[in-house]
Parts: sequence; C-alpha cells; structure tokens
Amino acid sequence: MTAAGDRLAPTLFERSRPGRGGGKVPHPPGDALARIPAGLLRGEGPRLPELSEPELTRHYVNLSQLNYAVDTGFYPLGSCTMKYNPKIDEWAARLPGFASLHPLAPDDLAQGTLQLLWELEEALAEIGGMKAVTLQPAAGAQGELTGILMVRAYHRGRGDFERTEVLVPDSAHGTNPATASMAGFKTVSIPSALDGGVDVEAFRAALGPRTAAVMITNPSTVGLFESRLCDLLDAVHEAGALAYMDGANLNAVMGRFKPGEAGFDVMHINVHKTFGTPHGGGGPGAGPVGVGEKLVPYLPSPRVLRESDGRFRLEAVGERPTSIGRVKAFAGNTGVLVRAYAYIRAHGGSGLCTVSDDAVLAANYLKTRLANVLDVPFSRHCMHEFVASSATLKAQTGIRTLDVAKRLIDYGFHPPTVYFPLTVEEALLIEPTETESVETLDAFVEALRCIVDEAHTDPELLHSAPHSSPVRRLDETTAARQPNLRWKAMTGSQSPCPD
Amino acid sequence: MAYGPHTTEDRARMLAAIGVDSVDDLFADIPSSLRSTGLNLPPPESEAELSARLRTLADRNRVDLVSFLGAGAYRHFTPAVVDQLLLRGEFYTAYTPYQPEISQGTLQTIYEYQSLMAELTGLDVVSASHYDGASATAEGALMSCRATRRERVLVGRGVHPHYRETLCTYFGGASLVADEIPLVADGPAAGTTDLAALERMLAQADRPVGGVVVANPSFLGLLEPMAEIGRLAHAAGALFVSVVEPVSLAVLATPGEYDADIAAGDGQPLGIPLSYGGPYLGILACRDPLVRQIPGRLVGLTADVDGKRAFVMTLRAREQDIRREKASSNICTNQALCALAAAIYLAAIGPHGLRDVAALGAARASDLERALSAAGAPRLHPGPYLNEFAVRIPGATRVHARLLDRGILAGLPLARPIPDDPSLADALLVCATEVTTAEDIAAFAAALGEELAGAAR
Repeated sequence: MTAAGDRLAPTLFERSRPGRGGGKVPHPPGDALARIPAGLLRGEGPRLPELSEPELTRHYVNLSQLNYAVDTGFYPLGSCTMKYNPKIDEWAARLPGFASLHPLAPDDLAQGTLQLLWELEEALAEIGGMKAVTLQPAAGAQGELTGILMVRAYHRGRGDFERTEVLVPDSAHGTNPATASMAGFKTVSIPSALDGGVDVEAFRAALGPRTAAVMITNPSTVGLFESRLCDLLDAVHEAGALAYMDGANLNAVMGRFKPGEAGFDVMHINVHKTFGTPHGGGGPGAGPVGVGEKLVPYLPSPRVLRESDGRFRLEAVGERPTSIGRVKAFAGNTGVLVRAYAYIRAHGGSGLCTVSDDAVLAANYLKTRLANVLDVPFSRHCMHEFVASSATLKAQTGIRTLDVAKRLIDYGFHPPTVYFPLTVEEALLIEPTETESVETLDAFVEALRCIVDEAHTDPELLHSAPHSSPVRRLDETTAARQPNLRWKAMTGSQSPCPD
Repeated sequence: MAYGPHTTEDRARMLAAIGVDSVDDLFADIPSSLRSTGLNLPPPESEAELSARLRTLADRNRVDLVSFLGAGAYRHFTPAVVDQLLLRGEFYTAYTPYQPEISQGTLQTIYEYQSLMAELTGLDVVSASHYDGASATAEGALMSCRATRRERVLVGRGVHPHYRETLCTYFGGASLVADEIPLVADGPAAGTTDLAALERMLAQADRPVGGVVVANPSFLGLLEPMAEIGRLAHAAGALFVSVVEPVSLAVLATPGEYDADIAAGDGQPLGIPLSYGGPYLGILACRDPLVRQIPGRLVGLTADVDGKRAFVMTLRAREQDIRREKASSNICTNQALCALAAAIYLAAIGPHGLRDVAALGAARASDLERALSAAGAPRLHPGPYLNEFAVRIPGATRVHARLLDRGILAGLPLARPIPDDPSLADALLVCATEVTTAEDIAAFAAALGEELAGAAR
C-alpha cells in the first residue's frame, strides 16, 4: 500500500489535513502569553502537519518497512560492526530511573547512573589496557577530536609548541585527517606498505620534532593486525610524539590485545560497534576515550569520581584546570552507555573474548570461501573483517563493485562497505560479525557466486540492479546540483509536489 | 555466548574450512610481546540476573522528586506513539543510509525532520542532526568563521555555560578566538546581552568578528533583543548565530524572522528523554547561501531511474569520508534516531499542540513566579521570560539542598555552573513546563516559605 504511482509513500505534509490530530496536551488559558511583548512573539504559528494518530502510525510503520536493518537481515558493512542489538538493552535504557534522570540532578539523586558510568569506565579501561576513560564524547569522531585535543594540551603543557603535524596512513577512516584539521593540526598522509600494513620506514622518515601524534587504526582498515606495531610505536615515542589508536575495529581483539599495554597513549572506542548499541539509522552512538597516564590530567570535565565512602560524584566546575574542558553539554550519551554496560555485563570477561574469537572466525571463514569467487588481495589471516575486490571481474566483464553491491540487494543482503579503503581498487570491505550463523554466511557466499556468474552471462542485469528494492538507482547528480532539502508547501492537500 | 549462534560443531566446521586447528592460529599476527590473555572482568550474567542488576541501579536514582529543574534539559509529556514507533527494529538497527535503495525509510524521515525544523526555525537548510545543542552551537560558530574568513566570534554570557565551554574547547583546537559579551548589570534590561558592549566589541577594526552567538531564551530564561543584535552583527559584517529552544519556537519570534543566519539548539524537549544528558539532538540550521558551509549529513529529494520520487544523502563533498582533512567537520555518525523521535513528536503533537505546550509552560511559569514571590523569592531580573527564570534567595545553595530533603528539586543554584558571577551567588534558576502542576507549585512555595521563615528565626 505504500507504492502509489510516482512515489513510495506520501510525506507527512501530503498526509496533513487541517483539523486532524490533537488531544495530546491540555489547552492553556487564553492569556498565557499576554505578558510577553508582541514584538518578541512569532508572527504566525508554525505550519506543522496535522495527522490523526492512526495515520501517523501507518506513516512511520510503512516507512520503516522500506529500510534494511540488522533486525531484518545480514548487514556485512565493513568497519561498522553491524552486530545484533540485544533487546534487554533497549528495555534497560528505558527504565524510568535511567531515562527520567535530569543531567543536572544533584549527585545524591544520581547514584545509580553515576555508579553505572564509573563501572563502565573501569570495564573499558580494562578492555583497552588504559589508565582512565572518559565517557563524554557522543560518537567516535567526537572521541577522536577529544583525543587529539588532549594530545595538543599534553605537548603544550610541556612547553612544546612546535608539534603541528599528525601522521595518518592513507588507508585511514576519513574522520582521522578531518579530526586532525579540526584540532588545528596539519595532516601528513603516509602511504601503506604493499602488504596492506603500515610502512614503518615511511613513518620513520616523516616523524620528527613537528610530529604531535600518529593515528593508527588497528586492526587496520583492511582488516589486518599491524604486525610491525612494536617498531612503529617505538619510532613514534622516540620522536617524542604520542600514539593514537582508532578503536573502530576493537571487536576483533578483546582479551587478546590491549592497546594501552601495547604502548598506545590514547584511543577511542565505538560502543555502537563493539558493544552492541544500535546504530539508529546513523546514530546516536557514543565514543568513549581511553588514555594512558600522560593524558589523564587533560581528560574532559567533568569526570565521574568515587569518594572514599563509596559514593559517586561529578567533578565541580574548575576542579581540574588542566582539563581540555567539555566537548558536550552534559555527561555523555548516557542512554547509549546504559546499553553498552548491559552488553558488557551480559557477556562478562569470558564472553567478550568469545565475541572477538567468533567475529574473527566468521570473517576468516567467509574470506576462505570467497577466495575463489572474488579477488582477496591480502592472503594472511584477517581479523574481524577483510577486503575483497572486483578488479579481476571488472577487467573480464566490465562489472564494477558498485554493480555487485547493488545486485546483492536483490539477493536479500545489505551490501558490504564499497570503495573503502581507498588503497584497494574496487574494494568491498566485508565484516560478518559474530552474531551471524554459518547458514547465513554460506547463503551470502552463494549469492556472490551467482552474481559473478551473472556478470559473465547477463551483465546488464547487474548494471541495472537492484530490481527488487522499493526504489532503483537514484539520480544523485540532480540531487546535488539542485538541492531540495525541505518540503516547501506545508499543506499537502493543496500542493501535491514540493517546489 | 549471550547472542552468538555458533555451536561447537559450527566452530569446528569453520576452522576446518579455513584449515587451522584452533582459533588461536588466526591471531598469529599479533606479536607475542603484545598479546594479552583474557579480561579481568566479572563473569557473564543471565538475562534474568542482568535485568535485576539494572533495575537495582536504576532504582538507586531518585526521579520521584517534584522538579523545577530545566537549565538546558526539559521535562515534557511525550505521546506514547513516539516510543512505540522508535522501537521499530527497521529504524533503530539500520545504519547511515549509504545504500539509498534500501534505506528510503530513514532517508524520508530525515528529509521530513529537516523540513519540520526549517519550519520551526524559519531558516532554509537543516542538517540531519548533530550530537547535542552544545556541539551544534560550536559547529555553528565555526561555520560563521569559515563563511566570513574571520577568526573571532563573540559569545553572549547568556548562552548556556556548558555550551560556551564546549565552544571554547572546539575553538581552542582551531586556534580561533571566542570573546564573551557581558550581560547588562542592572535596570530594566538586567541579565540580557549588553548591546553597547557588543557594539564596542564589533567596532574593533583590527579584530574582525565572524559570528555573534546569542541564545533566546537565554540560559537565565530571559528573552533577548534578537533583532537588534542581528542588526549590529550584520552592520559589522558578522553572521548572527542564534541558540534556540525548539518548543519555544512555536510561540517566540523565529531566527528567520529576526534575521539570524544560523540557528543551533538542542532538540531534547521534542520527545527525547532526559537520560542524564544524552543522547540528545543537535539542531543546526542556516540560510540557503551557507548550505555548502554546514557540516553534517543532508538528505535531499530526487528521483530514481524510473522517475519515482526518492530521497538520498546529498552535497556529500563537504564530508570527511570524501574530503578528509579538508572537510567542513569531522562529524560522521549523527543522532538520526533522536531526529526521528523529534519528527514523530512534532507530527503527533501537531501545530496547535506544540503551541499549547509552549503557552501552558508560560502559564505555569507565571503561577510559579507569583507563588515563589509570595513565599519570599522574587525574580532576579525584570525583563520578559517564557517559562524559566531566576529567583533571588539568600543562601540559595543551602536552601536548595534542604528542599531536596523535602522532596523538591528546586531548580538549579546558579552558583554551581557559573561560580564566577557574584550577582548569581544567591539565585536559583527555576522552570515550569506543561507537566508542572498547581500542586507541585503549591508544594514548592510552601516548603520554600517554611525554609525561609526557619532561616529568619
């Protein structure tokens, strides 16, 4: 019932009819705003849509059914760790004691949440091998900014103002160089070695008295453990720089590798990847940052503190002047952190180790089975994800990775991450996660095998894929050249089309 | 394992296919000197045990007090339909709509969110969301510097102190300058932005200003002379960044009406739970000419190859995964599910409902003002306000603590977030919304009266 003519679903604005809806809140007295000067009031009320609750419900339920999601199928989106999101975590975050707690509630009223946050910091410090953790950053990218700002404060705190560069391998997530720029540093991009790992000699050549930090994703964005990590970290520290670890791929190594113990000075953790909190259609996540001893003084304020009598409190304003300050208005994305805490307690230490083992096992199984279907550029055992490539297929048939990805949709799968990392031609970055059954993995292999066959026998089928999705390939060029970013006619009954 | 499907046989089959004896072999790339052996964390818990633990922790929080606390996060009634729809797994377990053909649900809801916020703010372009009001304000200020190629902003002291601090954190990284505009000390405009001081600061020719950042209502609840501030900013070639509260925009003049270039704010009041500070919803909006300066995702309307209407992420050349170190921000994930909550809330409550929420808050606040004044706590400032205001109480911090024992959360002692302003040392910031009842107000006033009488004895 959603597809009608030239559109999938009417917008809220097209569904709107004056006079519908209402009944949610009581009416105010007529003179409620009389004490406010007219010049400070809005000229006419906002033209919001008017819908009855049944129409509203169908609108959103129908829209939801146009989405592919972890709850509907296999979502092997590399570097995003699309694992199952436990339902008890949703229940927990909605408990009134958590959900109704005001961020400025006095500490005495917030002991349950403060205890949870403190215990979560301890658990993440153990997992990361770090001295301390801040839970304030709202997302991985904000965690990166927090980490690099702490690096900046550390060097300045030592009176060293010469360190203006951050070194980043060319295979890094785009957030790394963007973060360096935002924190006032110049990014120096270092080419990867042929085996997909860091080129230690290239790093050595670039390291020097101007280097503030090196940002490393480990396991790397091609899904490999950086086997030359010891040499790299030694070189970084010899140069007086700090080592930042992008923890996006932590799901591979819990219990087997602790970045802080290995010598990383700072790392962020994406709880929406490793700790099963939902991705929400693009967020919210949370991006806790762990630090070693050197950076503890610079952690964002306020920190959660535990007093000698066992009570918990937030730092007061100005209590720790070395702090880089706040990165967010309040404590953190606490509702997300409640979910991460529940996830960690459900698994315990042993369960988290099993998570990583199973994630790596599933990825290697899939990689082995796909090795005779697509190119697999790096033959070493992978971590929790691996890169495949359609380079040979493209040379033989003209079919690109984009076509393969779109055709996967017809087979009922979400495509992997495509064209990332930038260092591999026609890349597909595939991350199965530990929560997919072996039957699902086998079905995915069979789908790709069929698609490769189709590339040889019926390439047009792939060029024009997907065929089964609610819409087909989109005109992205016009969307960018003539942006239409909002509905301009709010009364749908009069104007069926925007603009 | 809690959520994994693998049986012992499954694991054996996968190991055999890979051709290794043990999963340990797959980790051979980790140098032996860097290997750790397990995690020193508590053992796993069954769901039954875990739910009991979580309930115990939640119950350790006190959310049963009669509350007048706002200060940047607000209690409101949320229609039941909002959370019911947010629980659709198709929404909350999807990710960023990189594959638009199978993400039209998320994409259309974001486009609708952008449209709703454009209508509320009176501006043209709304990002698909930022982390919260503080980071959106910081991004708005950074935008004003990029767009004007100037390196200094002026930030009103009436902007939430946590927003100002966040802005300073962001500006410190970018080596940009944020100077504070003082508030008027006394008289009819006490507590609002000092226009004369603003004019002087804007006139410093050697230190050109890229943006002027002022909140309406201010942190102290006061309504600011936004139109005048905008005129002063524009006369000096600066952009005007307005920090807004979205419910108030149902009744207060909009950024579009008073000619702001950029608006930022927190969407938490639109159906998003307090949750001790997040996840909230960073609103960032601007006028059309600034569209290529706005950071964060944008969803646009287009068509598919069959001509069917569809939605897609667009103008992506601004973003970090394309432009890397030259991106307008490092923002990647946003708060899409919170934007969805806000959109459902607005659609459920409707235009008249939203106006009622704002006006009912104002009416309750009038009642609160009268009751507190009669109990001996008059307003600190004379100017107009919507639903939040400061009251003068000798020993405010001590009285606040004693009222907690009586089951009343008497707003916020202003000395806590702003310890450096002596004029706020004896003041509480209090707030009323549509969920504040006459009984709540009577209980607060009675308890306060007794405390003040006790202190006087």
